[in-house]
Amino acid sequence: MTRIFAWIALIFGCVYFLLPLIGMAEFSLKMRRGVYSFDAYRKVFEDPTFWATFGYSLTLAAATIVVGVLLVVPTAYWVRLRLPKARPYIEFITLLPLVIPAIVVVFGYIRMFNTSSILPLTGSAIGTDFLLTMGYTTLALPYMYRSVDTGLRTIDVATLTEAAQTLGAGWITIMARIILPNVMIAVLSGAFLTLAIVMGEFTMAALLNRPAFGPYMQLLGANRAYEPPALAVIAFAITWGCMGLMQLVTRLAKHERAKA
Amino acid sequence: MIRRSKGTMDRLPLDWLGLLPFAIFALLFLILPTLKIVLGAFQGPDGGLTLQNMIDLNTASIRSAYWTSIKLSVITALLGGGIGFAMAAAVVFGGLPKRIRSPLLTFSGVASNFAGVPLAFAFIATLGPVGLVTIWLKTNFGINLRMMGFNLLSFWGLVITYLFFQIPLMILIITPALDGLKREWREAASVLGATGAQYWRMVALPILFPSLLGTFALLFANAFGAVATAFALTGPQLNIVPIKLFAQIRGDVLGNPNLGYALAFGMILITAAANTVYIVLRIRSERWLK
Amino acid sequence: MSYLNLSHLEKSFGQNHVVKDFDLAVEKGEFISLLGPSGCGKTTVLRMIAGFETPSSGSITIDGQDVTALKPNNRNIGMMFQAYALFPNLTVAENVGFGLKVKGVGRSERDARTKEILAMIGLPDLGGRYPFQLSGGQQQRVALARALAPRPRVLLLDEPLSALDAKVRVSLRNEIRSIQQELGITTIFVTHDQEEALSVSDRIVVMNGGKADQIGTPFEIYNRPATRFAAGFVGTLNVVPGQVVDPAAGLVAFGGQSLRIAAAVGQPTGANVSVALRPEALRLGREDAHEAVYSARVQSVQFMGSTIRIGVQIADQSLSMDAFNRSDRTPPKVGETIEVSVTGTNAILLD
Repeated sequence: MTRIFAWIALIFGCVYFLLPLIGMAEFSLKMRRGVYSFDAYRKVFEDPTFWATFGYSLTLAAATIVVGVLLVVPTAYWVRLRLPKARPYIEFITLLPLVIPAIVVVFGYIRMFNTSSILPLTGSAIGTDFLLTMGYTTLALPYMYRSVDTGLRTIDVATLTEAAQTLGAGWITIMARIILPNVMIAVLSGAFLTLAIVMGEFTMAALLNRPAFGPYMQLLGANRAYEPPALAVIAFAITWGCMGLMQLVTRLAKHERAKA
Repeated sequence: MIRRSKGTMDRLPLDWLGLLPFAIFALLFLILPTLKIVLGAFQGPDGGLTLQNMIDLNTASIRSAYWTSIKLSVITALLGGGIGFAMAAAVVFGGLPKRIRSPLLTFSGVASNFAGVPLAFAFIATLGPVGLVTIWLKTNFGINLRMMGFNLLSFWGLVITYLFFQIPLMILIITPALDGLKREWREAASVLGATGAQYWRMVALPILFPSLLGTFALLFANAFGAVATAFALTGPQLNIVPIKLFAQIRGDVLGNPNLGYALAFGMILITAAANTVYIVLRIRSERWLK
Repeated sequence: MSYLNLSHLEKSFGQNHVVKDFDLAVEKGEFISLLGPSGCGKTTVLRMIAGFETPSSGSITIDGQDVTALKPNNRNIGMMFQAYALFPNLTVAENVGFGLKVKGVGRSERDARTKEILAMIGLPDLGGRYPFQLSGGQQQRVALARALAPRPRVLLLDEPLSALDAKVRVSLRNEIRSIQQELGITTIFVTHDQEEALSVSDRIVVMNGGKADQIGTPFEIYNRPATRFAAGFVGTLNVVPGQVVDPAAGLVAFGGQSLRIAAAVGQPTGANVSVALRPEALRLGREDAHEAVYSARVQSVQFMGSTIRIGVQIADQSLSMDAFNRSDRTPPKVGETIEVSVTGTNAILLD
């Protein structure tokens, strides 16, 4: 009895989730009348704007990951080592981006860092890129912090630090040589999630007027018929790839730990 | 060195210095921008304090935008939560093969992140006027979705599309909670004479209640703040709050810039209320389950 | 017909044959322990009585009613689990009243019964607390109260003491036993701890490999184990090689001396047999009532308090023996040679 309901629930879910994926895949192949072809993909790949926006988003994703790691790893480490009292507050702040919609945050940016403010970041392209990177870092913050903090929980931070200090290591050495390698899996898993988020992000990039992949997809969607589903397939492949890599590093880590 | 730092007061300020980079980041790029909005919501064009912006929100168009947004978020959170719960429960308790579990969770991870512009494309290709399902139903069964009143670019079309990321998010969050229900509770209840329904009503659901409501709040906020999916699906004309705000930021369509602040403040207020409920309930549930 | 009957119970999980042809007849009010190592099938037997597992074949009857196909919630059984299975969202009183509530018992009657049973387990004032506010021992008491409140026909205990501290474990097991005797409730107790089983049971079922090795009172199980497994699993045992001297008289030789072990031995003269001796069957010094006195070399001395466990070597065999501690006599020292008396009536002949 329960099992029948369970199967119904599962099959219903599968149909609902697979249909749009099949739909977009099928539609993306229909550009040439009457036969399936990869024309839509060819069109997309021949478009220099595709490569430009794709590259831009990729660069920003990399920058976001670097900023995120530099910000989150030392902070999470420090909180575990010295300031367990601060933990609830830090955790609260890292969860804020789930509460405050991205559109509100970016609205705040536009008003706070406009050309007439003390810090006129939106005045230049590079300044806006920096601002967008910061915005993405806040978006990724909840996932990054959680991932790293969980990673730190599995190692004995205090003992490792003391051991390194008795051997004469300084703080930078401790961070780079001891802590970071130990939470590498957590960092990587946070990084892949960040990549997936940044590659498809639309709101912040559109409102800051930067040539990112998300606004490019939206623009194409408003003007073309067959390229958008092809883009959707590509975007889905990217998301799937990021999640797959995330699983892979976690699994490899488990394997490694089992061996040790 | 670590032990020493614990008791001594003179080292304490130095310890706090370690949080400075994070604090500066959070202040500059998260807290101050938000405060700027909150303050702006209560300022007039001259910078003086006023409630006028709040009063100005009370127009038919803005009221309806909030109402539509809340309705959309509540319905997708309820449906997504319900279906996601059913699927998670099916996998955890339904006696389905164990092999299903891991792929389902991986897929949920992917699908919950596959939101925004490409998701809209996928649904247009499937349920749009010339989408796969639309055509299939028309040619094989003579069912014309459009004639039946279904339109992907409408409220219910948006609901169906939002469910694509709401359901997996629910699955991801609720599966660990379902795993936390001990087999002994179910067995103890049944040996005491309780039926399956009684066990769910008197034990399992009350235990899950905080996480359920909490996840509901999260799903609500998730839908409430979503811009990209709706924008890519329907363009700027759909009257929901995030899209109205989007249009306002781009072109100040409301004329009064401070009204934009008020609009955004309203969004913060609503998501914050939802999440306060979540945090309070979360603390309660953790007290039980330690 | 006994009160609780298990006949020809079999249970397989796939290829894994967990319970094999298990028979047990329990009288009303009896306290039976299922004792055995992990994986011996004792928990599976208990779960079949509760109804969580369906037997592959065989039947279970309670008070003349065949319950084999009945769902757990229709069996009217009480159960205590290993982990504290209290409902975390309900108070102590609500936990205890749960079984009555689902049966549709009215509030006033429920409250009265809850009060009565909480007083019985010695926690009359904790009705308003939540489980997380209680210690482990208190939680298990509440679990007992919850199991007993609906007046079940049978009480099942699934290693309820194994998660507790040693001290709490002993006091709670005595309490369970006294409440069980007071209520006269038929009880099945699953444990892997022989001391627990020996101290509280009316009868013990020693289980091994899915089968009942031996069923008997604690006295019988300990003193006359039927199988080598039962002998080895319950208590400490010295097993030494012996040779049959006179089958009719039950005389067996060990270390150059004869012991009268039983009225008659099944094996012929000269057959090799295993002789088992409990540590307390060996006596320190020369005792005239005993048939054999061996010269033994002391290998180890462990002072346990009221007793002293001494490891000795007799005829190339290592044995351990217990002696009572007496303040007027210093225990032997390692390396010393001492005299040890043995009598055949305290020895067990193993097949």
